[in-house]
Amino acid sequence: MLKQCEGSHAVAATVALCRPEVICAYPISPQTHIVEGLSEMVRDGTLQHCEFINVESEFAAMSVAIGASAAGARSYTATASQGLLFMAEAVWNASGLGLPIVMTLANRSIGAPINIWNDHTDAMSMRDAGWLQLFAENNQEAADLHIQAFRLAEELSLPIMVCMDGFILTHAYEGVDIPTQEQVDAYLPPYEPRQVLDPREPVSIGAMVGPEAFTEVRYLAHAKQMQALDRIPQLAAEFRQQFGRDSGGLIRTYRLEDAQTVVVALGSVLGTIKDTIDDLREAGHKIGVLGITSFRPFPTAAIGDAVSHVERVVVVEKCFAVGVGGIVSRDVRTAMREHPHPIYAVVAGLGGRAITKASLRQLFLSAMADELEALTFLDLDHQAVNRELERERLTRRSGPIAENLLRDLGVVAARVG
Amino acid sequence: MNAQSAEFSSEDRIGAMLRTERMPHIWCPGCGIGSVVTCFVDAVLRSGIDQDKLVVVSGIGCSGRVAGYVNFDSIHATHGRAIPVATGLKLANPELTVVVISGDGDLMSIGGNHFVHAARRNMDLVVICINNFTYGMTGGQVTPTTPGSATASTTPYGNYEYPLTLPFLADACGASYIARWTSLHARNITQSVEEALTRRGFSFIEVITPCTTLYLRRNRLGDGVDALQYYQSNSEILHGIDTRETAIELQGKIAVGKFVDRPKPTYLDAVTRCNAKLIGDDYQLYGKTEPEKKAEEAKKAEHPVTSGHP
Repeated sequence: MLKQCEGSHAVAATVALCRPEVICAYPISPQTHIVEGLSEMVRDGTLQHCEFINVESEFAAMSVAIGASAAGARSYTATASQGLLFMAEAVWNASGLGLPIVMTLANRSIGAPINIWNDHTDAMSMRDAGWLQLFAENNQEAADLHIQAFRLAEELSLPIMVCMDGFILTHAYEGVDIPTQEQVDAYLPPYEPRQVLDPREPVSIGAMVGPEAFTEVRYLAHAKQMQALDRIPQLAAEFRQQFGRDSGGLIRTYRLEDAQTVVVALGSVLGTIKDTIDDLREAGHKIGVLGITSFRPFPTAAIGDAVSHVERVVVVEKCFAVGVGGIVSRDVRTAMREHPHPIYAVVAGLGGRAITKASLRQLFLSAMADELEALTFLDLDHQAVNRELERERLTRRSGPIAENLLRDLGVVAARVG
Repeated sequence: MNAQSAEFSSEDRIGAMLRTERMPHIWCPGCGIGSVVTCFVDAVLRSGIDQDKLVVVSGIGCSGRVAGYVNFDSIHATHGRAIPVATGLKLANPELTVVVISGDGDLMSIGGNHFVHAARRNMDLVVICINNFTYGMTGGQVTPTTPGSATASTTPYGNYEYPLTLPFLADACGASYIARWTSLHARNITQSVEEALTRRGFSFIEVITPCTTLYLRRNRLGDGVDALQYYQSNSEILHGIDTRETAIELQGKIAVGKFVDRPKPTYLDAVTRCNAKLIGDDYQLYGKTEPEKKAEEAKKAEHPVTSGHP
C-alpha cells in the first residue's frame, strides 16, 4: 500500500513484515526512528513473536544479535557512524561466524570532528569486514532491500548491511509502497539456520582456528560473496516479478547507452546526479550514470561490462581514504583493468555538505574536457585550508584544527550546506 | 551595592567563565543542565583552584555539550569515553584537576564499564552525572537509570527493567566521595562540587535534572517548574544514609545529600607507594621534578597569564 511516510518508518514497517525474532537497539542519530518504530510495533502487538531489547551500547547490540542468531533467531539491529565503529569487533565476529544478521546503517560521518550528518565514511570503514553491503538510492529501495537482504543473508549464512543515507533518506517523507504480509511471506521463507545451538545436536560456534585452516575459513567467506554476485540479480528479478518494481540488483545504469562519460556513485546522491545528467544530455553531452547497489560483493564484471564503451569515468564518492584518495574509485579501477580509461575520483558531500546540481554540472563539464585532477574535493574551501596551514607554519601551538576553522569561518554551530 | 546588583555581578563572574560566543546553547527551556553548569562554575570560583590546571571532559549527549560551553580547557570525548580520557589526562599530568561532566546515558550505559573501574581504582577525578533518566539528544530512549514503569520512546508502554541506583553503584565500586542533589538544590550542588574539587580520590556527584522536552512530556509530568516543585516536596536530605536506600522510583521520594566521604589513597598514591617500595630512594615521584616546577614558576612570573583563553 502506498504510504506517505518517513524513510525510517518505511524501513521499520518493512523490517517488521520480515518477522524478525530479536531486535537489539541502542540510540544513535540518524538511525533512531527505525528502532523506535519497531519497539512501538512490538509493544502494541503489531509485531509478535519478537523480543526487543534496549542494550547498553552498540557493542552489546551486535553481540546480542550474534547470540540471538546463534540460537536460531532472525536477528536485526540498526546503527550509524560511531555506533558502527564501537561495535566493530562484533561486526567482524558476526561475518566470521557466518551469522545472517541484517543491520540497517543510516550512513553518517565519523568523528572527530564530531558530526552527525551524512556521508559514507561509516560504511566504508567496514567494507572489508565480510558483510555484504547494499546501498539504497531512495526510501522505496531502502525498504525493499531489507526484504531481499533477509532472504540473501539466510541463504548464504552471511550478515548484510543495508546502507541508507542518514537524514537525506531516513528523515525524508516520500511515498513508499509498503508490501503486505502475504507478499513478504511469499518471498521470504521462515529462517532455516545453517548452524544453531541445539542441545539435542551440540555444536561449538566460534571455534579457535590456527594456521591450518584460517585461510580456508576466510576464503569460504569470499567464495560465498562471489556466489552472491549471481544471487543478487536473481533475487532482484524475482522481487520484480512478485512486487512489481525494480529494487536491488548489483548495479543500475541510466542513459548509459551511447555515453562517452559515466558518473559512478552510491546512494541517494544518484538522484541529483541523474537530474544533472538530464540537463547535460539536453545540451548534447553524451554522459550517463552507473549506480552501485551492491558495494560488497563488488560487482567487478558487471561494472567492467557496463563501462566498456565509455572514454572516462567520474566516481563521486562520499568518503575517502586519508593518505591515498578515493575508496570507491579504487575499486572501480579494478573493474576497468581491460579498459584503461581515465578515472577521476571526486570526494563530495563529507559531513553533510550539500552536493548541488550547480557544483556537479561544473564538475562534469571539467571532466568531459579532461581538465579534472585525478583526485578532486568538490567545493573544498582552499583558502580556509591555506590559512590553517599558514597558522601551523607560524606557530607550533596552533591549537585544535576544528576550532580554528570554525573561528576562521566565523561559525560556531554546525553548518549544513 | 544592593543585593540585586551583587547577584548580577556574581552572574557576570560566572558568565566570564562561559564561552558566550557559542550561545545560545542547545538546551531546552526548563532543562536542568544549565543550573548544573552555573553551580559548577561557581564552585570552581569559590574553591580557588588554579583554573589553568582545570580540565573539563564530557562525553556525548545533551550534557556532553558542557565541555564546549565552559571557558576552561576541555575535551569533548566520544560516547561513553569521558572517564578514560580524563584518566589519561590525570596520569599524564597529575597536577591537573580533572572533572567529568556527562549524562546518565553516556556515563552509566555505554561508559558504565569505565565508571566502575575508575571508582575501583579511586582515580583522582570529579565525576558529575547529570541524570535526567533519558537519552535526550537522540529523542528520549530508555537509559539504565529510567525508573520502572516510566515510558520512553523505546519503552512506549513503560520501562520493565531494573534501573541502576547510582550512589549505590559508586559506593560498591569504592568511590571516596558520593553526593546526590536535584537541580533545585543549587547551593548544595555548588557546595558538593567545591568539596569534591578540593578532595583527592574519586568523587561522584549525581544531579537529578528534568528533561522537559522528552522525559517529563512523555510521562505527563508537567514542565520544568512542575519538576522543581516535585523535587522540593519529595527530596529528603539524608546525609550519610546507606546508599542501598537511595533508589529512585517514578515520582517517588528522592534521597539527597552527602552519602559517602571517606578519604583513602588514590590510584596515584598507590602507584607511588608501590614503586617507592620497589625502587627505594631513587624513585622519582610522579609529576614534575622540583627544578621543573621552579622553572615553570619563574616563567609564569615573567609572563603572567590572567586567563588561559584569548
